[in-house]
Amino acid sequence: MSVEPALLAGETAAPPAKPRRRLARDGGIIFGATIILLMALMGITAPWLGTKNPSEINPAYRNRLPGIEQTVRNDDGTTRTFTYRMGTDSLGRDVYSRVIYGARISLFIGITVAFFSVAIGLFIGLIAGYMRWVDAIVMRLMDGLMAIPAILLAIALVSLFRTGLFSVIVAIIVPEVPRVVRLVRSIVLSVREEPYVEAAICAGTPTHLLLFRHVLPNTIPALIVQGTFIAASAILLEAILSFLGIGIPPETPTWGNIMAEGRGLFRIYPHNIFFPGICLALTVLAVNVLGDGLRDRLDPKLARRV
Amino acid sequence: MLGYILRRLLATLPVMLIVAVFVFLMLRMTPGDPAAIIAGDNANSEQVALIRNRLGLDEPILSQFFNILHGDFGESFFFKKTVTELIASRLEPTLALSVATLIIAVGIAVPLGVLAAYKQGTLIDKIVMGFSVLGFSVPVFVIGYSLIYLFAIKLNWLPVQGYQRIGDGFGGFLQRLILPAVTLSVIYIALIARITRTSVLDVMNEDYIRTARAKGQVEIKVLFKHALKNAAVPIVTVIGLGVALLIGGVVVTESVFTIPGLGRLTVDAVLARDYPTIQAVILLFSLVYVLINLAVDLVYTVFDPRIRY
Repeated sequence: MSVEPALLAGETAAPPAKPRRRLARDGGIIFGATIILLMALMGITAPWLGTKNPSEINPAYRNRLPGIEQTVRNDDGTTRTFTYRMGTDSLGRDVYSRVIYGARISLFIGITVAFFSVAIGLFIGLIAGYMRWVDAIVMRLMDGLMAIPAILLAIALVSLFRTGLFSVIVAIIVPEVPRVVRLVRSIVLSVREEPYVEAAICAGTPTHLLLFRHVLPNTIPALIVQGTFIAASAILLEAILSFLGIGIPPETPTWGNIMAEGRGLFRIYPHNIFFPGICLALTVLAVNVLGDGLRDRLDPKLARRV
Repeated sequence: MLGYILRRLLATLPVMLIVAVFVFLMLRMTPGDPAAIIAGDNANSEQVALIRNRLGLDEPILSQFFNILHGDFGESFFFKKTVTELIASRLEPTLALSVATLIIAVGIAVPLGVLAAYKQGTLIDKIVMGFSVLGFSVPVFVIGYSLIYLFAIKLNWLPVQGYQRIGDGFGGFLQRLILPAVTLSVIYIALIARITRTSVLDVMNEDYIRTARAKGQVEIKVLFKHALKNAAVPIVTVIGLGVALLIGGVVVTESVFTIPGLGRLTVDAVLARDYPTIQAVILLFSLVYVLINLAVDLVYTVFDPRIRY
């Protein structure tokens, strides 16, 4: 689901009643970061985790339950057994390998979408917040974009291009940008009244330097938090698009694709849905928890700004 | 009040116009001639021209756009019906699903949020909040399939998938609606419970709560009458904003449960590159979203009479 970061942020941070111990205070950050690191490590070291080619089709071993073994003949004539830890799908591909490799796409999409949404939104938001006439036009456009529910906009955008990683990333970035623009703009509007900005203007600082040196740093804590929530919603959105069959091409191992493949035979072979589903939910949970932790830590006032 | 409603309705016009222009241009920028796709590989150029004429694609681009503003979305490329008929035939399941979801979500989330606020810092509070974070993170289709697996396949209590129209019997209608509605309501419950807890906590320290308690008011009345009513504005706001989540969730849930509603139609239309349908569905959903949030603004006056328009 595309969870609107602004909505997640709508809940105010825990009041700073009494100083808590470090672990209790940063528990969310530690928990989230650890799981994300583990997932990243899993994706990077996928070839060494007892996997085989995730796209390799094995017609003799279709729709097998988790734990089934197959005797494989090596090149030198000796045999070894290969265990399908999570069973196989209806083409005989190893679900375990596909799930492990799937972490790569999900994390890649989360990071890429978060980075570009924040970068583009920051650029537009800075300019809109500082120049009145741009503001009027840009914000009307953003209002229009935000009136289309995020998933629908992404679905419509995907239908425009040929399916692929790039088009999915673009389709997820577009609905996220207006939310970043709004956030940045609201910060710029409050910062530009600050005395040090006036002082910089009086000192003759050129506009681009003023924005870059004096205004931009104020947006960074909020953007880190927002970026984390965007990453979580991007990972979910990619899985949704792939699951609906309009995302990344089906042969690519992504969690959404594995589940899309397992839909037809779900009643008999639920493992095709559950294993990638658990990984997906765990990853998104970790990113969300990290975001909550970062918000409490960096930007307790985020809620009031959006 | 009436003047305010009119002014707000007028203010939504530019937004909807931008949405319309955006969607219209977006779908016109695509490569490929839909008439040629529909005609198939063996068609000659006359047949293609005929189809183009029937779909209205030979009209000037501006008049095509004005047709849309009049609510004339033309004929679906794929379903061989006018888009208006198509949408009308798919409306009931989506409406039923959304209403059932809203009832379940508000019915569960608001008491849960109040409870968490009342028991702030205790285990109950932590469980509710933990569930809330979880609800945001577990994708709709994973929830859906887990519920199907448990209640339909293992326990055999409910039908696995499908939809039954209200007209064909209310019992079967409810039986088939309950799993998808519960599935879809999870994320909504997470959202509403969270905001309910926060806004109730915000008012719990107010003087009138202390007064209510001092005069010996029963605690449950203090919570639901004095606290919740004053905390209602942010809750209603979030319910309105959450409609975007609901619409997105409808698309996925209808696919999981094979419900022939608007969400399923959207996916089918995208798979078939049926641009008139995609366009109409997006405009319709956006209009609903904008209007619901307008309605939410008006509901504020009910909960907080200080707000006047």
